[in-house]
Amino acid sequence: MSLIKSSLARKYVMALSGLFLVTFLLLHVTINLASVLSPDFFNEASHFMGYNPLVQFLMQPILIIGVIVHFVMGFVLEIQNKKARSIGYVKYNGSANAPWVSRNMIYSGLVVLAFLALHFYDFWVHEMAYKYVEANPEDPTRYYHETVEKFAPIWRTVLYVISFVLLGLHLWHGFASSFQSMGVNNKYTPNIKKCAKTFAVVVPLLFAFIAIYHHLNPITH
Amino acid sequence: MVDGKPNNEQQTTNNYITMKLYLKIWRQKDASSPGKIVDYTLDGVEGDMSFLEMLDILNEELVSKGEEPVEFDHDCREGICGTCSLQINGEPHGPDRLVTTCQLHMRKFNDGDTIVIEPFRANAFPVIKDLIVDRSAFDRIQQAGGYISVNTSGNTVDANCIPINKHDADEAMDAATCIGCGACVAACKNASAMLFTSAKVSQFALLPQGRVEAVERVQNMVRQMDLEGFGNCTNTGACEVECPKGISLTNIARMNREYLSASLKG
Repeated sequence: MSLIKSSLARKYVMALSGLFLVTFLLLHVTINLASVLSPDFFNEASHFMGYNPLVQFLMQPILIIGVIVHFVMGFVLEIQNKKARSIGYVKYNGSANAPWVSRNMIYSGLVVLAFLALHFYDFWVHEMAYKYVEANPEDPTRYYHETVEKFAPIWRTVLYVISFVLLGLHLWHGFASSFQSMGVNNKYTPNIKKCAKTFAVVVPLLFAFIAIYHHLNPITH
Repeated sequence: MVDGKPNNEQQTTNNYITMKLYLKIWRQKDASSPGKIVDYTLDGVEGDMSFLEMLDILNEELVSKGEEPVEFDHDCREGICGTCSLQINGEPHGPDRLVTTCQLHMRKFNDGDTIVIEPFRANAFPVIKDLIVDRSAFDRIQQAGGYISVNTSGNTVDANCIPINKHDADEAMDAATCIGCGACVAACKNASAMLFTSAKVSQFALLPQGRVEAVERVQNMVRQMDLEGFGNCTNTGACEVECPKGISLTNIARMNREYLSASLKG
């Protein structure tokens, strides 16, 4: 019981849910890359993810729970941390001792959360409507076209790219930080940090590249 | 003077050229009164003075004018007791690294500078008066488990009889150099006390004498830390940068491991 209530438990929850979401990002970007490299494979993978019962009824709920736990705990931590210093400093030189990204995780996280709302509306709500409301028959070839068409409007592409930049900033601190929270700080830490920061740059860049690529290469009928 | 530029000898003597400083100091009558920033101008400050000596000069002026002196904590004035504090221009113990306020020299500032001086801010460190805060929350964390139980009946075994790996002994000693000044809390944007608590957990966790009570120690000290109302750690690393003794974040990671392991053991 003491574990559930303690400040350290909140660190563990943030770290573990964050690491889980990082693994999901890796899977997501891999499948997205297929939409550039091989539309057929992208269709196959998307159809599998969309209709496999294990993915739909076990992994998808776990993912949604992971997202909710991560951002709810983020809000709880932010509120508690603000309460710990109700009278602030007249002069506070935060940049003297900590990088901007580490001090503003709540803001980068809020942008990513707002993006998730748009992203869910764009793809998840559409998918649920297609399958369960309109009860359309299975069509394993529709995904590539649907995805590319989504990026036709410039406003959506720009919003996605901005969100990926903020996602990168969030990962820049969050990914490496999750190891420290779980108690991992040893001779491997410099390399862990290098890998985590590389991930934080490469993965959002790939997401942004895919969005821009589809915007610049629309399907011509 | 060489080619119109000061030579090394003259640069050294520049420390004795006096400075005029504009001080903005938090004044608060007592714990229940609201405080405010009060402006003071102080002339004749020398570079070789310590920051606290500069405040002594200010207080002498205030007393001679019949005004209330600025209250601030100090004791050893050589960086070992952890009594002095002060948030100076937005940083605990000022802009220098690995020094306490009493070790901070005025040569780190320039003539005409404005210096904002505030108490360490955290709800767990309530202001008592002016720049003095109550840091007894740290004492209570220490009392919750920061000790080892030793038989002192006369049969006490010499600690040096137990062989200890040098690496562990060094790390324990590094953790034990924490003077409990509270700069970690003051620097942290969340007012978290994890660097202090983890240093106190680590100094025992690394030694065989400390392992006996390790499970209860980390649980009790973390529980007390939470009860005191400190914030959560978000790994910004500000505490490590501002710590006058260079206590490392590896101690927080060790405490996280110790606590997880202790909780799983029940």
